Amino acid sequence: MAEQYTYAVSRIHARELDLLSASDIEQILGSADYREAMRYLAGKGYGNGEEYSDYELMIKDETDKMWALITELIPDKEPFETLLRQTDFHNLKAAIKAVYTSENTEGCFEDGGSVEPEVILEAVKLKNYGDLPEFLAGTAESAVEIFLKTGDGQECDIAVDKACLETIMMEGEASGVKVIRDYAELLTVLSDIKIAVRAALTGKTKGFAERALAECKTLDVSSLADAASKNADEVFKYLEHTDYREAAEAIKTSMSEFEKWADNKIMELIRGQKANPFTIAPIFAYILAKRNETRAVRIALSGKKNDLDMGLIRERIRDLYV
Amino acid sequence: MENLGIVFALAGAALAALMAGIGSAIGVGMAGEAAAGVVTEDPNKFGKVLILQLLPGTQGIYGLLIAFITLSQIGILGGNADTAMSTAKGLLYLAACLPMAFVGLWSAIRQARAAVSGIQLVSKRPDQMGKSMIFAAMVETYAILALLISILSITGIGSLAM
Repeated sequence: MAEQYTYAVSRIHARELDLLSASDIEQILGSADYREAMRYLAGKGYGNGEEYSDYELMIKDETDKMWALITELIPDKEPFETLLRQTDFHNLKAAIKAVYTSENTEGCFEDGGSVEPEVILEAVKLKNYGDLPEFLAGTAESAVEIFLKTGDGQECDIAVDKACLETIMMEGEASGVKVIRDYAELLTVLSDIKIAVRAALTGKTKGFAERALAECKTLDVSSLADAASKNADEVFKYLEHTDYREAAEAIKTSMSEFEKWADNKIMELIRGQKANPFTIAPIFAYILAKRNETRAVRIALSGKKNDLDMGLIRERIRDLYV
Repeated sequence: MENLGIVFALAGAALAALMAGIGSAIGVGMAGEAAAGVVTEDPNKFGKVLILQLLPGTQGIYGLLIAFITLSQIGILGGNADTAMSTAKGLLYLAACLPMAFVGLWSAIRQARAAVSGIQLVSKRPDQMGKSMIFAAMVETYAILALLISILSITGIGSLAM
């Protein structure tokens, strides 16, 4: 019998009560000022109970707290590594830029990957990829080669991004868990759509689109690349005949509307896990829910801090898990 | 080989206690894991989740009851065992014990799954305790039906002239 994670799932379901709801976000937005919004979140147990002045610190502590809980429940992070891949590959891109360009990469590295950024930086610097895990080593080597051969940062980036999506797809399949597999598929589809639209808007060739788009099951990458090499309308026309016709509508409004639609789509995918009593899936969904909550909190607090129009912020807030 | 009758009858009693007991042990353990998870987050819910945890334990008791009745019927419990029992009669006792053995095992595990869901429901909505219990208790129906048929069969076999 597959591992049921009964204890862990029960704790996670109990913790779901502490997730912020839409009314909590509304409370933050309705706060008199940024400090009151921070106090409200502290009152909800956000962060480590300290008084924060910087919301990023509060969000970081909250994220660390979440990972501490997950590690306590399931010491082996392997089932969740799919969620860390984007950070790992992002750090690889940052490391290549740090070593081979004069760009200021301070603050470009992200925490929370499965490989420490320093290890990636050292490997890229020494061109010795032995210390990197298998999924990253090959990509690191080929991305550095592409960069040194072409000097084109974008070519290097698309190679890394594509490898990232392919790794996520592969790990999703290998997980044997439906929600992880579906998440990998959806993430790849959403990234492909974004890449195709950007390629179309910037007049890229079909070859470029083919090099950038990752294979997935619910989109025909060749047709998408073909459409992307023509224009954005062709991409929208292609999407009309797929399960993602709403994506076209969202992109037509704006890229940020598409991002919001994409995040909502992921929430829609995992929402059913709230009632799943067993398996790793509800824990995986909780991590994604927490990530989505963090995003909503960041948008709300940055809006409060910069005194932005609340109507505009509300438009950008994603659907929450609870 | 002439004492096979009592061997079969005893095997039936053992199976009823064994399989229903295993089912309950698995079920109570599974529900206990869920209950522990909930109590870790909110110790005040101990009383509520304990009741749900115990629900899959009844099959083990039913299995024990069937074993007792069988042992009493065949005289092992009273010290006057019917060692001359025919093989056919022994097999009848064995068959009579099987409903409780199999349904006990399977229903305890399935009831535990319902109890785990109920425990998780109570962790979020303590006011839904009654409904959570009903969902899990529905599975009990089939354990009780098996218990009834096993009791009726075992007590009926005694009066057969074989």
